[in-house]
Amino acid sequence: MAPLAALALASGLLAACGGDSGTPELTWYINPDSGGQDAVAEECSTDEYTISTQVLPQDANQQRIQLARRLAAGDPEIDLMSIDPPFTAEFAEAGYLAEIPQDLQDTFREQAFESAAVAATWEDKVVVAPFWSNTQVLWYRKSFVEQAGLDMEQPVTWEQIVQAASENDGTVAVQANKYEGYSVWINALIAGAGGQIASDTEQGADAQIDIDSDAGRQAAQVIADLASSDAAPDDLSIAQEGQAAATFGGDRGAFMVNWTYILNGAGYSDEVVDDLGWARYPRSVEGEESRPPYGGIGIGVSEFSDDKDLAVSALECLTSPENQALNAELTGNMPSSEAGYDQPNVQELFPPDLLELFQESLEAAAPRTPSPYWSDISGGIQSTWHPPSGVDEQTPEEAKQFIEDVLQGRSLL
Amino acid sequence: MTATQAPPREDSARGGTAVDSDRSKAENRLGQRLVAPAVVLMLLVTAYPMLQALYLSLFRYRLTAPDDREFIWFSNYATVLTDSLFWQDTWNTVLIMVVTVAVELVIGFAFAMVMHRVVFARGVIRTSILIPYGIITVVSAFAWQFAFSLNNGFVNSWVPFVEDNFNWFGDHWPAMFAIMVSEIWKTTPFMALLLLAGLSQVSEDMLEAAKVDGATWWQRLWKVILPNMRAAIMVAVLFRALDAYRIFDNIFVMTKGAQDTESVSFLTYRQSIEQVQLGLGSALSVLLFLSVLLLAFGIVKLFRVDLAQARGEG
Repeated sequence: MAPLAALALASGLLAACGGDSGTPELTWYINPDSGGQDAVAEECSTDEYTISTQVLPQDANQQRIQLARRLAAGDPEIDLMSIDPPFTAEFAEAGYLAEIPQDLQDTFREQAFESAAVAATWEDKVVVAPFWSNTQVLWYRKSFVEQAGLDMEQPVTWEQIVQAASENDGTVAVQANKYEGYSVWINALIAGAGGQIASDTEQGADAQIDIDSDAGRQAAQVIADLASSDAAPDDLSIAQEGQAAATFGGDRGAFMVNWTYILNGAGYSDEVVDDLGWARYPRSVEGEESRPPYGGIGIGVSEFSDDKDLAVSALECLTSPENQALNAELTGNMPSSEAGYDQPNVQELFPPDLLELFQESLEAAAPRTPSPYWSDISGGIQSTWHPPSGVDEQTPEEAKQFIEDVLQGRSLL
Repeated sequence: MTATQAPPREDSARGGTAVDSDRSKAENRLGQRLVAPAVVLMLLVTAYPMLQALYLSLFRYRLTAPDDREFIWFSNYATVLTDSLFWQDTWNTVLIMVVTVAVELVIGFAFAMVMHRVVFARGVIRTSILIPYGIITVVSAFAWQFAFSLNNGFVNSWVPFVEDNFNWFGDHWPAMFAIMVSEIWKTTPFMALLLLAGLSQVSEDMLEAAKVDGATWWQRLWKVILPNMRAAIMVAVLFRALDAYRIFDNIFVMTKGAQDTESVSFLTYRQSIEQVQLGLGSALSVLLFLSVLLLAFGIVKLFRVDLAQARGEG
């Protein structure tokens, strides 16, 4: 009798639990930020559903690993997820992303910057909703360029800034640790010289690797020049965004390429902030427009979600220009659309000319080639191009060979 | 694992051959029955994943491209064993193992002597020697990474002949050095603890007799103390060598494998976890398992370690 009673009581309790939360809860796996996505989740919770967030690891690669492992196991707990652009194609190809209805795809494509739309597209379908978009600009110290006599009103090349810095005891801070950020730099350099890392990526492992080209060799030249010059920071080979920001804020800081959040996020003293100038990302070769890096977050819906339809319908609200602006205001991660930039609270975030530069850069930005094998391609680049001091004109050829071997399973990465 | 499994097998073998009385047979049967549940559980939790890894290692299988899964016999092993990266990493691992175990053996022995002989503040001294072992490896790796860091570390300013702007993680050898320092700092106390157990087994009578016979301190160390704690030393070397061969945390935290500082464990992690190459990763795991097994077998045979004796059962 007693066990039966206990069972009845327990099932009653369970029923009560289920009954209480009448509205379904959508779980959104987010990359860590300073509260932007939490606020947007709250903003988009309706009578139909509430959206709660779960935080992924800090490192982009670790985010990919955690999501991929859960999705491969068909985890129904994930409804929405913030995905870094280089892994979007991989997830889409593996069938982890629920299809977005055509009308929503059109909305997202029209709303977003060109580069953001490219990064969100796989096999002609928009597979994630562009949420925020990031790009890099060239940050410089006004006092330094004045002393060096460099005219920053004109577009500058990498050669010019490396030379100006090394002749005047300054540094050029970049991201050259053995990590994804180094691939970002290399991709921007190659794109700026009119090349690309890979093409025909729909072929998967049989994609065409184009890094062994004139553009690839010009990119290698830029890296070799910086690494062998006095303008190379001491910690060049281990520098990520944070180290670069510290070098730039230090005594010998002169130039730095870094993301948009650096102005508010690096904790610079007023003295440094007053001395801070910005310009378009440096050109790889003279006379050719630079192609700044593209970063950001797209929101995808899990194929294995129990509330797929609700999650898809939440996308529009999550990535609305107003919410992109709200997120930008709280985190400094800038909108992925012009409409987002037009919001009054975004207009107040940065000086007008900087906002204009961000948008111009995003229009021209070169996303990393969408490929389901991007992590292999990127890993192959990092293995062959790191450390920067070892880069020479042979490096692109070695990289091509190595990446092909890795993709074909002939070599370990 | 090895230590806890080996002795019962030896005991039962001895019991079986010496007296074959009904009573000992019954005892054996009871023993087997008592052990059976544990053995079954062990098989479930260890043998199953091992067999699964063995099976997976025969496939080209990438978690994010499940449709391309293909049975390729032993190709993964061929890929791994003909790859220069694998041998580079194996060399790194062996180097780290040999250097750290050798250094730890010397320092650990000195610490063991101190802990054994100290007459004042015994508790405090023993505890402070053991503190590093109580610290989580990841934490110790971060601490040493900061110490060696170019921007906020103290090593550059404390160590003579090192320039203030020297980047320890910018080159292969300095980075390996930093990794080994962290590993040694963290695990020397474990070595010292095992050696202390050996030291306390050396009989005071023998030492006194040697002293009376006029043996110097050096002679007593080499002729009396060390030979009498050989088993303890070998067990310490065995445990630490197997541990060091699987080094992962320090490298993960300090260099993430940059500057060719990768170990075999790290390579395995990258293939199976980061690149979700389950086939290649499993092949590497199997090879790692075999090499650890080989290493354990080699050390046991080479030094004729009697594990039972080291446990005080012999």
